[in-house]
Amino acid sequence: MAQAETSFATPPAYDTARIRASIEAVAIPLGALVASAIIFSVFLTLLGKSPLQFFELVWRGGFGSSFSLQNTLQRATPLILTGLAFAIPARIGLVMIGAEGALVIGGFAAAALAIPLVSAEAPVYLTMLLMVLIAMAAGGAWNAIAGWLKHSRGVNETISTLLLTYIAIAIMNFFVEGALRDPASQNKPSTMPIGKDYMVGNIPGTDVHWGLVFGLVLAVALQVLMSRTTFGFAARVTGGNPRAALAQGLPVGTLIVVCSAIAGACAGLAGYFEVAAIHGQANASLVAGYGFTGILVAFLARHNPLMIVPVAIMFGAIEASGGLIQRRMDMPDATALVLQGIIFVVLLASDSLYGRFAIFQPKISTERT
Amino acid sequence: MATKQISRRSILKTGAAGIAAMALPMPFIKAASAADGVVLGAVYVGPRDDFGWNQAHAVAMEILKSTDNVTVIEEENVPETDSVSKSMESMINLDGANLILGTSFGYFEPFMIDLANKYPDVQFRHAAPLWSEDKHPANLGSYFCYLNQAHYVDGVAAGLSTTTNKIGFVAAKPIPTVLSNINSVLLGARSVNPNVEVQVIFTGDWSLPVREAEAANALVDAGCDVLTCHVDGPKVVIETAEGRGVKSCGHNASQAALAPKGFITGAEYKWETIYSMYADMLAKGETLPNVVVGGYHNDMVKNTAYGAGATPEAIAAADAAIAGLKEGKPIYVGPLKDNQGNLVLDKTFDNYDPVLDGMNYLLEGVIGSIT
Repeated sequence: MAQAETSFATPPAYDTARIRASIEAVAIPLGALVASAIIFSVFLTLLGKSPLQFFELVWRGGFGSSFSLQNTLQRATPLILTGLAFAIPARIGLVMIGAEGALVIGGFAAAALAIPLVSAEAPVYLTMLLMVLIAMAAGGAWNAIAGWLKHSRGVNETISTLLLTYIAIAIMNFFVEGALRDPASQNKPSTMPIGKDYMVGNIPGTDVHWGLVFGLVLAVALQVLMSRTTFGFAARVTGGNPRAALAQGLPVGTLIVVCSAIAGACAGLAGYFEVAAIHGQANASLVAGYGFTGILVAFLARHNPLMIVPVAIMFGAIEASGGLIQRRMDMPDATALVLQGIIFVVLLASDSLYGRFAIFQPKISTERT
Repeated sequence: MATKQISRRSILKTGAAGIAAMALPMPFIKAASAADGVVLGAVYVGPRDDFGWNQAHAVAMEILKSTDNVTVIEEENVPETDSVSKSMESMINLDGANLILGTSFGYFEPFMIDLANKYPDVQFRHAAPLWSEDKHPANLGSYFCYLNQAHYVDGVAAGLSTTTNKIGFVAAKPIPTVLSNINSVLLGARSVNPNVEVQVIFTGDWSLPVREAEAANALVDAGCDVLTCHVDGPKVVIETAEGRGVKSCGHNASQAALAPKGFITGAEYKWETIYSMYADMLAKGETLPNVVVGGYHNDMVKNTAYGAGATPEAIAAADAAIAGLKEGKPIYVGPLKDNQGNLVLDKTFDNYDPVLDGMNYLLEGVIGSIT
């Protein structure tokens, strides 16, 4: 059937090649996951712990009951957004690790904007909308600084985003401990609470806030943007070879700044949900490391926006079961980090396997890059 | 839809179990709880071996582990986000915890308040004086120790140990509990040596090891020959002091092992007093008090055993100060001025007076600024 449809434009072999490539793109990360599980099992066995019990607990703590599943989804929610914040610049060839800073600045901006709106008793939905917009704008603008520095001054974007993260945290602390501090927050400086009425609720029937739905929608939207539009194509070309892109007349600078801004906006949105769905105010608790875990998530998803969703859920499950593992197996909290680390290293190593397996290779050569 | 049904069913089940338990005659409950025992779940914000705040709690829980019919479950490195709700719920749902102990300041609002409302049959206690009867659920409560009393004793010992009359203090944030510890060190030192000054450096956050080391070095460079601190993990400050050859006083947990030459004593919590009381009361089926606060008079703080840095005079004076605190001798003997010259305490206040809980000044004799 597929042949009949496509025989006009492309030779049938091209289709098989695409399918084989898709299978390869799924099989290699899956194989890497299995390999990580085996390495981790050896590690557990050496410590005298049962790998079987470990994976059984991960299943029970992560998916085994409706409570566990909701626990997993709740923890996955910020990771979807921060994963997207790493993946989008990665598609254009930038390694931007500043999602943590954009999250903090976005969440803080939302909480700061809420102070006058809440005290003026502004309409709830309008307030929410404005808070979302300012969070995304603030996070986006913050990350765009790094994009602009990269393009106009040649500043390494990895270093600048990392440093901008420290600056973002310092700015939040400066205001939260000074001008915008709620006098009632004596021992934990925070901004004024936005109040229950202005907070985002849970998805009906669950314990998971609406951030999950926003994350899913954004993942789909960004997948479409990056793989089905001219913008996405131009971004990928730039990622492949910036000089060639320039030679073709692509607006490389604009593309870099826009991709940085999209990434920052995703992280800023995560910050909004931390403030509006979880804490109800901005304080040092916003700095929870979601931005950095998002890097792992994006890598594991191979910077594919859609793949970020299942990967974030897997990380959510590992974190959700972390407590159970500490309690039942008497293992330190770092156990989950060891597993995450092994997955990360094996996955990076598996990158060199692409194109090495004959079974995934097309029979005749095509123009596939 | 499916998830909703399951959660409703589990709520019904818990509710039914609760009603059944209440309907049972007293002796039966005792038998039942003796069989199941008491399950205490403790959640820590950092690692259990941080030489500080978290270790102090973990040490207390470790003591409880040897008690019959008491099961201790713990989780470390739980951030102050919704992860804490989920960790606590997991302890309740999967391990049957009867009492949840939240040991980090930011766990209380909104997380523990919401959970206490959601699980009325489970007791929740939080380690900071935040619970109030008219605002918060009855199965939630607070426990807290006035560590500044032990810091006062540190000050007494330090006041007799310094030859430069300058004590250095590395502090995290200028919030009331920290300020009270700094001021107590000053007042303790001045009670035995009126010429002492306390020089303070705020690092700005609870755990910034690099900046803590810089601050400790800067204080030694400025002539301080005894260092103490209020940060999450005092390890860096104590080790830096030892490395620079000056004496030190600890904070939160025992750091004696880190400074075999210069350690004088340290301010330590005795959370085990509170935790074993909770476990006893739960085992007997008694209602836990909502608020437990204390200090030296009810065995809730202590000073680390004297180290090699403590001279016989310092030990004698510190022991005398401890005896005084046990009898309720006040630390804040007024009138007292802050280091800007304003009168801040017009009279003498009891060690547990709520006026002191809102402290936002450094007393005259402290070199440093909170802004």
